[in-house]
Amino acid sequence: MTAAEYDRVPRLAVRDYASPLAEKLRHLWETKPGVIGWLASVDHKEIGLRYIVTAFIFLIVGGIEALIFRIQLSQPNLTVLTPEQYNELFTMHGATMILWYAFPILTGFSVYLQPLVIGTRDMAMPRLNAFTYWLFVLSGIYLYVGFALGAAPNAGWFNYVPYASKAFNPGLNIDFYALSNILLGISTTLGSLNFVVTILHMRAPGMSINRMPILSWGTLTISVGNLFAMPSVTLAFFLLYMDRQFGTHFYQQPTGQPLLWQHLFWMWGHPWVYVIVLPAISLVSDALPVLCRRPLVGYTAVALATVLTMVLGFGVWLHHMFATGLPGLALGFFSAVSIIIVIPSAVSAFAWLATIWTGQPVLNTAFHFFAGFIVVFVIGGVSGFMTGSVPVDWQLTDTYFVVAHIHYVLIGWNLFAVMGASYFWFPKVTGKLLDERLGRWNFWLMFVGFNVGFFPMHISGLLGMPRRIYTFPEGMGLDWLNLITTIGSYVFAFGFLLFLINIVLSLRHGVEAGPNPWDAATLEWTTPSPPPPYNYVVLPTLATREPLWETRLDEAPFHSDLGKGLPLDHGKEALATSTLDGQPEAILRMPEDSLMPLLLALALTLMFAGLIVKLWWLVIASLLIGLLFQLIWLWPRAQLAERRL
Amino acid sequence: MMSSDDRRRVGAASPGRVAGAVACAMIAGAVLAPAAARAETPLDYWWTHGSRAQSISHLLWFSTAVSILVIVIVSALLLGGIFRRRSLPAPDLPGQAAVARPHGGASWITIGVGITTVVLVFTTVWTFATLAHTGPQPGPAAVRLQITAHQWWWEVRYLSDKPSEEFTTANEIHIPVGQIVEVKLRGPDVIHSFWVPKLAGKTDVIPGQENQTWLQADREGVYRGQCGEYCGQQHAHMAFEVIASPPDAYAQWRQQQLQPAHATDATEPQSGEGLFTTRCGICHTVRGSRAGGILGPDLTHVMSRRTIAADTLPNTTGNLAAWIADPQHIKPGNRMPRLALSGEQLTLIRHYVETLK
Repeated sequence: MTAAEYDRVPRLAVRDYASPLAEKLRHLWETKPGVIGWLASVDHKEIGLRYIVTAFIFLIVGGIEALIFRIQLSQPNLTVLTPEQYNELFTMHGATMILWYAFPILTGFSVYLQPLVIGTRDMAMPRLNAFTYWLFVLSGIYLYVGFALGAAPNAGWFNYVPYASKAFNPGLNIDFYALSNILLGISTTLGSLNFVVTILHMRAPGMSINRMPILSWGTLTISVGNLFAMPSVTLAFFLLYMDRQFGTHFYQQPTGQPLLWQHLFWMWGHPWVYVIVLPAISLVSDALPVLCRRPLVGYTAVALATVLTMVLGFGVWLHHMFATGLPGLALGFFSAVSIIIVIPSAVSAFAWLATIWTGQPVLNTAFHFFAGFIVVFVIGGVSGFMTGSVPVDWQLTDTYFVVAHIHYVLIGWNLFAVMGASYFWFPKVTGKLLDERLGRWNFWLMFVGFNVGFFPMHISGLLGMPRRIYTFPEGMGLDWLNLITTIGSYVFAFGFLLFLINIVLSLRHGVEAGPNPWDAATLEWTTPSPPPPYNYVVLPTLATREPLWETRLDEAPFHSDLGKGLPLDHGKEALATSTLDGQPEAILRMPEDSLMPLLLALALTLMFAGLIVKLWWLVIASLLIGLLFQLIWLWPRAQLAERRL
Repeated sequence: MMSSDDRRRVGAASPGRVAGAVACAMIAGAVLAPAAARAETPLDYWWTHGSRAQSISHLLWFSTAVSILVIVIVSALLLGGIFRRRSLPAPDLPGQAAVARPHGGASWITIGVGITTVVLVFTTVWTFATLAHTGPQPGPAAVRLQITAHQWWWEVRYLSDKPSEEFTTANEIHIPVGQIVEVKLRGPDVIHSFWVPKLAGKTDVIPGQENQTWLQADREGVYRGQCGEYCGQQHAHMAFEVIASPPDAYAQWRQQQLQPAHATDATEPQSGEGLFTTRCGICHTVRGSRAGGILGPDLTHVMSRRTIAADTLPNTTGNLAAWIADPQHIKPGNRMPRLALSGEQLTLIRHYVETLK
């Protein structure tokens, strides 16, 4: 190609989803029919939906594990499960929920929504996006293959050495856990890179960085956070694998240090807590104002609080280790940060309260979930504040108080937000509204079941019930509390079952949603529901944060232009814009569907299968095959070069 | 979008009312349960019995009170925000509620975060003060212990400047009331955590590093201790007891523990002691006999202890017999194997063990 061909004079077109332009774009962007087409798809909406469905499947599996061991704990001295079975189940439950549900569900929402809310057509690296999804699924399958083969990890999701070392855990169970975590870590890291580039460089023209939805702030923040945090845990698991399989002494006595594991693990582990809640609470910050019929109170404060939480989140990991005999100065510092980190969360909480108070809430199911979310958010927050204080934590740590805290944070901050967001964005994704009547039962059963099940854990903890015990003796004052917890957990699970039933029924008989059922303010609601494969027939230009409300709010001197824009129809094209101002910079040529992401993910998983059984020829063969797939993937093509505007 | 009529109906929905009642019951339960359950909760640290644990409890009470207050205030603001009376402006699109940007929201953040910050800083200062007060040992110790945490029992060695006054026991710690007890912690296998909730918070026992903690009991009593860090199959059954008695009673106990066991008819291989030595002595020590194993608890004065199997069972004849007969049934996965003993051998061994007072 000549240099001139890289330049183009852009033209504008009118937004019309029934025009020949739309037909042309559909033809360009559509996932090809058939199984191969499905496997090769790089459409972010396909992938996002797969992420969400897969993460919900892991949620159900992890939930069933918990329901089984809650029977064992419903009364003192039961023998429904052996100690070993109990230990495997609680480990799988924790790992599944924290690693294979909580983050992937948010990744799913972000992969689906992020390009839509910032007004572009796909992720910056669509094939990488597909690759991270396949790797996430395969890493989960890898872990559960171990479970099916009777080699389930049993050292807790936190996997402390020396209990997780070869001497005390001689099977392949911990190796399955370590290697599946490394696989998942690759997926998480690459996915984070993709989000950073997408959010910083693909926003619609005019969407300056202070006009992004809070979801973009949340996802951008945690993606940058992941880039710093993931190396630590990947290294931790790699060193563990080396210790276990090759007899190195990173953690093993006499020269290794068990505490090294804890530092490496929690240096990732605590930031991770924020990684799996910040995008969820960002979903609330975006959706709640719509249902309160006003823009979010304190947008800038909430956006900055999101970033600040992540930054401070890197300075609190020692609060998981207050009882390990560390020097007083370190305890004091980390205790102070662990308490002070409440401040940015308080910013968000007061912003939501003010939004509700000064707005006009519409009490639908999504709003119910968001309101319930605020209550459990605060309960999970204050119990975190309590454990942040070192001397108090010496008592609270490793009791059921912390179990209550972690569930208020993970279910409260993550799942309740996700549930509300599901009711809110389901019509956008499917074109159908979820049933409100069933939704109300869904909410109340989950909210009541959750609090009945998990609130008493605070009290069990204050009465001294240690975590991770497979049974407890009579006469500790714990009998009733545990029975109530078990009952509550079943009510909660039944409430979630209603959600699944609601999805099935609403997909069949649901009310047609139309493009914007909530009269929301942001870009994604200008597309048809469900959005076409190319998202936007013409790329919108923004002048405010609430483009669909701006004429009614009547505040800004300039108005967004949603009616016409760049069609970018010379192939699969999207627009690159500048980081801060969202000025158009280049036309990006987006890659076609490809099987390479799936094949490379399979090759990598095969290599890890070789690593666990030490079949070195398999490791090398799959490495070479993987390199070949990468070569095909990355083979330079002139038509993929970007065009200057 | 829903009309205001819909809203009222939603507010009266039956699941909502049930939830309200449940919430009230829960808050009442949260406040009352620890107090009501005071008598029969040996591990609770809401009420404690030593200067160290008590200053922690005071901070715990304060932070709990702050927490409950915050939950109540936020819930009230939330409910107020949802249900307060509003003059609804006319919808600006048919079927859609109006959108507007009312002023005054930002002050919520300023005031709310301002108050929050004051409370947090106050708590941090209190935390530092309590940390300085409860962290380091306040003075020289009257009793020095070296506690070794094993999967899944506690080895307790009483240290002394005179080697002849040192001895080892297991799963039961006697301390004098009112005096400072220094505890050095060692872990030969995996990580455990030493925890006597009524007297002190947790200190982890970590292989390769010696941690230290201290206890002080203000009044006589039996305080339950428990492993606080997940350590494998029998983490649930890794408890112990701390018995605080007046200093002279403690001194008497210590003198008694220093005595070796009474010798019996050890030379006879089919006697109780003979069987014990060959079948049990590989792992257990009975001072004054030929049984000198170090893998399991020292049993020299086992009958002086209130419980067996790391505070799993009361030390009764029936439990002792059941334990010796099949420890794997009571505590699956524990390190004591099921020995193939005849009924007669079992009885002989139990009779011998019962002499170890």
